[in-house]
Amino acid sequence: MPENPTHTSGAAITAPLPPVSPVTLRINGQERQLHIAPWTTLLDALREYLDLTGTKKGCDHGQCGACTVLVDGKRINACLTLAVMQEGRDITTIEGMGTEEKLHPLQQAFIDHDAFQCGYCTPGQICSAQGLINEGKAKTAAEIKELMSGNLCRCGAYTNILAAVQEVVEMELKIKN
Amino acid sequence: MSNTNYIGKALSRVDGPAKVTGAAKYAAEFNVPGLVYGYVVSSPVAKGKITKIDAAEVLALPGVLQVFSHENVPMLALLDRSYKDDVAPGGSPFRPLHDAEIKFSQQPVALVVADTFELARYAASVLKIEYETVAHETDLETKRGEGFEPGTGKTGFVPPPPPRGNPDKEFENAVHRIDQEYVHGTQHHNPMEMFGTTAEYLDGGKLNVYDKTQGALNSQRYIRQIFGLSKDDARVISKYTGGGFGSGLRPQYQLFMAVLAALELKKSVRVSLTRQQMFSFGHRPHTLQTVKLGTNADGSLAALHHHALHETSRFEDYTENVVNWSGMLYQCDNVKLGYQLAKLDVYTPQDMRAPGAATGLFALEVAMDEMAYAAGLDPLEFRLRNYADRDQNLDKPFSSKKLRECYHEGAAKFGWEERNPAPRSMRQGNMLVGYGMATGVWDASQQKAGAKVSLSADGKLTVQSATNEIGTGTYTIMTQVAAEYLGLPLEAVDFQLGDTDFPAAPVQGGSWTAASVGTAVKNACEALGEKLLKLAQQMEGSPLKDAKFEDVEFVNGQLRLRLDPGQAVVVRDIVQASGETKVEADATAMPNLIKQKQYSLHAHNAVFVEVQIDEELGTLHVTRVVNAVAAGRIMNPKTARSQVLGSVVWGLSMALMEETVMDHQFGRYVNHNYAEYHIPVCADIHDIDVLFVEEEDDIVNPLGVKGIGEVGMLGVAAAITNAVYHATGKRIRELPIMIDKLL
Amino acid sequence: MNSFTYTRAEAVEAAVREKSASGKVKFIAGGTNLLDLMKENVERPTRLIDINRLPLTKIEAAPDGGLRLGALATNADTAWNAEVEKRYPLLSQAILAGASPQLRNMATNGGNLFQRTRCYYFYDLATPCNKREPGSGCSAIGGYNRILGILGTSESCIATHPSDMCVALAALAATVRVTGKNGERVVKFEDFHRLPGDTPQFDNTLQPDEIVTAIDLPAEDFSRHFSYLKLRDRTSYAFALISVAAALQLEGNTIKEGRLALGGVAHKPWRDTTAEALLKGQPATEETFRRVAAKVVEGAKGYGHNTFKIELAKRAIMRALKQATEGMPVADAFQNSNP
Repeated sequence: MPENPTHTSGAAITAPLPPVSPVTLRINGQERQLHIAPWTTLLDALREYLDLTGTKKGCDHGQCGACTVLVDGKRINACLTLAVMQEGRDITTIEGMGTEEKLHPLQQAFIDHDAFQCGYCTPGQICSAQGLINEGKAKTAAEIKELMSGNLCRCGAYTNILAAVQEVVEMELKIKN
Repeated sequence: MSNTNYIGKALSRVDGPAKVTGAAKYAAEFNVPGLVYGYVVSSPVAKGKITKIDAAEVLALPGVLQVFSHENVPMLALLDRSYKDDVAPGGSPFRPLHDAEIKFSQQPVALVVADTFELARYAASVLKIEYETVAHETDLETKRGEGFEPGTGKTGFVPPPPPRGNPDKEFENAVHRIDQEYVHGTQHHNPMEMFGTTAEYLDGGKLNVYDKTQGALNSQRYIRQIFGLSKDDARVISKYTGGGFGSGLRPQYQLFMAVLAALELKKSVRVSLTRQQMFSFGHRPHTLQTVKLGTNADGSLAALHHHALHETSRFEDYTENVVNWSGMLYQCDNVKLGYQLAKLDVYTPQDMRAPGAATGLFALEVAMDEMAYAAGLDPLEFRLRNYADRDQNLDKPFSSKKLRECYHEGAAKFGWEERNPAPRSMRQGNMLVGYGMATGVWDASQQKAGAKVSLSADGKLTVQSATNEIGTGTYTIMTQVAAEYLGLPLEAVDFQLGDTDFPAAPVQGGSWTAASVGTAVKNACEALGEKLLKLAQQMEGSPLKDAKFEDVEFVNGQLRLRLDPGQAVVVRDIVQASGETKVEADATAMPNLIKQKQYSLHAHNAVFVEVQIDEELGTLHVTRVVNAVAAGRIMNPKTARSQVLGSVVWGLSMALMEETVMDHQFGRYVNHNYAEYHIPVCADIHDIDVLFVEEEDDIVNPLGVKGIGEVGMLGVAAAITNAVYHATGKRIRELPIMIDKLL
Repeated sequence: MNSFTYTRAEAVEAAVREKSASGKVKFIAGGTNLLDLMKENVERPTRLIDINRLPLTKIEAAPDGGLRLGALATNADTAWNAEVEKRYPLLSQAILAGASPQLRNMATNGGNLFQRTRCYYFYDLATPCNKREPGSGCSAIGGYNRILGILGTSESCIATHPSDMCVALAALAATVRVTGKNGERVVKFEDFHRLPGDTPQFDNTLQPDEIVTAIDLPAEDFSRHFSYLKLRDRTSYAFALISVAAALQLEGNTIKEGRLALGGVAHKPWRDTTAEALLKGQPATEETFRRVAAKVVEGAKGYGHNTFKIELAKRAIMRALKQATEGMPVADAFQNSNP
């Protein structure tokens, strides 16, 4: 190695700044108008442009699940899609699941089972659980655990998350049968 | 019976509805008007200096407001002292953007501020910086034998006691001896919420600073000292913290950056770190430990040696209590403890859940298992034979210690007696089954804390303290304490925290919040109670006219005579009759040192685990855990159980997954993300059983609580390691135990 | 993330045409890997063409009796498609062993083929990497390489392909349908990805203007004896250290036809036809499996931290073949013993 080698960081500027254009998103049943550049992710659109901060940013790389929202009923990571790509779809965030006055059954179950501590992964867990219910594939505890594994919880509330989700899954199964 | 007795009840979290609906706002979620965004640029090199920053191209991008670096940071505080936060260790704290010197890889070197988050991120990626590098040292292995003993420094650090007895001679003379090294690598806290600060710039230049922290006052003091702000200039607010685990005990650099940019630009600024940058500051240090144990023929410990060497930065001497536990957990008259640091080109380590004990007890408790086998004793029996009824480090009795009960109740619940002690003797299908156990111990401490209570004429009680909620249940527990002491329904109590305008409280850490803030809330409620009694006595026809405070109680919304509950006044009516809109009181609680100093104050636990291992493929699952915890009075079994469940997950994670790997070619961590720094997922977690062995203890504090946030983690990693030995006959002494170590 | 313009393609031909335009143009489908890499500044396209609205989402019968998977069908829809579950359960298992439910809902079949390596150094601009920056050197060879390749590596690169789905596709001898300026062509799966050689910047053999439109599964029936065994550092939501896709056609205890592909070991999904030949006509016994496993790792090379993978690969191959013989479709060795 040469003495005192040098190192340079910073990429070259290769393109002009992206144009801002109107984008319409349907979120929790409401049409929302945004003026954004294409580089805005759905997650940042929710949190930074629409003040829907219930959807959390835990890694911004699809590695934690905190940003889970439902698009056309399917759970996705909002951090790994551009807002503009979601035009015309039905987006449901935690704010669309229930309110403090009228909790969604999953929200109630999470409280009843103490399925969270710091609460930061919780909206993602709940949206993910709704996605799991919509999929209809997980019935046993082992299946729920596997299909809830796209949501990290650093507080380690998994035992109670399983209990909460399982309660609602079983409730749904009963209603179906 | 009173229905306003809440302490000890398994109640749901009062902040639950806010958390499950997304209404709870974390630091980076206050979308104040006119907000602009800062993005931190991190050093790609580990050591050297910045030779050039070319910001012109970046500043020319429309919407980019400023590039802050050491080249243009205004004159700030000069003295090291000003950069020291409440829990800073000894040394010279890192000053962000201070000079051209690079001290560690991923050191923040610039802050790019722009109108949008995306633009700031882009502009940061095209900011050209040149560095000159010099050789770095990041490998603790090269520092063996070169450690030094740190001075005193950080709050809570207790240097190991001097040797007692004849540890060297008794070790040589012992019937059975083991002498082994135990290692774990660097671990990062990685709370789910990444560090972020929203500095709201108010008219007149004042700031509201929404910070991710475990102590709003600590953050406030830090920025006040550095930027020369008055208490009024910078209010720090932290209502919800998305996990801390120690990472928020010290202010992180995004706080400095956001405040700097807000003051300089006179704008509201948000700075959030990336997940990769979450690996750029404090961590549990890479630690090398040796434990030597000697036993007599009867299985009693003849000698115990425990030495630890861990990394610290060039600029601060981070300390934690790694080895002291070994001098107090078991009865042994010949003990030698050693603790040393070695300086590397890394950032300063930082307290991480059960700091020191998680490390030291891993080594001690694996060594105890090794010795049990060497001595031909059951590992539980071996521990019982060496049970310490007195803390030999301090030569004091314990204020309470139900560890023996933890052992017995835990073992019974687990089915320990079904264990065949021979390694490789138990199977289920084609899986090897192993049972392992270990012990934990943690400090029961109380710090000075304050609280203020205010009862309004509509019967609502507001309670305030500048403590913090990191998920431990502080909102809930404090609500319970206040409601119980003033006999109010839970719904009538609004506990508020995380605001520097509130009475002072210590950082949320050390498992001391329930004891410290809980006592302050209790004291404030009692002070208010006395005021209310006086006011009640002034009411016309008051049935309490001649009552003394000790004669009355607050129950079911009433203030009444203990011996004649029919003689009562409705609490709300007292405020209304007083003609005031509210009645207030505040109080500060301090530990009763005179009472406490004669005792050793500790919580304990015993952990039993079952592992199943597919030996051919090296896959391992922790199928059952029983964790029996004696931590004084349990304020809320529901939230306390969650604390212990989470602690078990942490112990499992430490045992099997967590390691931040340093590539010494670059002096840089390589797995700096959630995809390659593994923590458990839901599918990793199987049966976990939590038992509380309650202790009555009026010495630790008036509430009798010892704290539950950390003790539950202890013993878990060692118990798993011991179970792996029992299952496979393979003794692993370096964590994490991943597939390759089991092949 | 770089500055880029965004357009939506409405037809395949238009997409191909636009892709050939100047500048760094990229298709975006699920985006799960591309946006991740763009945020790390590893990928810096100046133009994104959103192909999600192209009519390529169907899963339908292929003319030769096999099954055609639309390039834009999501991984989740594919794994849980009734025909896939019935006829190609190995593929279902492999897909479900990868990523997370959320990512599988976003990621597309075509996109899965374009996943880039998880090599630490590829992701970190602070370190040299020949794949990211040709000629800069390989940091992994002398660095921390526990998760990296042991087969088909070169002095330039020891990266691994991270996909699970592709391992099953390799074993099932799928073909990839591709459209470019010069029309459509069909690429054998084993020819789609490439080994690093001295040009590790190229992950596959596609031309810059080409687009994947579908993946065809042949009509062969491996639905009864198969296993996708994935070994990783946690039970779920982790990339493979080693994964094995094994599929057998048995007559009694005799192997009529055997397929074997590995993930986590090479720059491409590693199908070994020489080893497969050792299965043909042989009894499905431990002895046979041992010979096959030894054959697969014959040319394997360890780089220190990852040397354990050679032994682990052998054991995983033997276990997967055993499981396939027993007809136990399991994704995880643990689930095998603990139903």
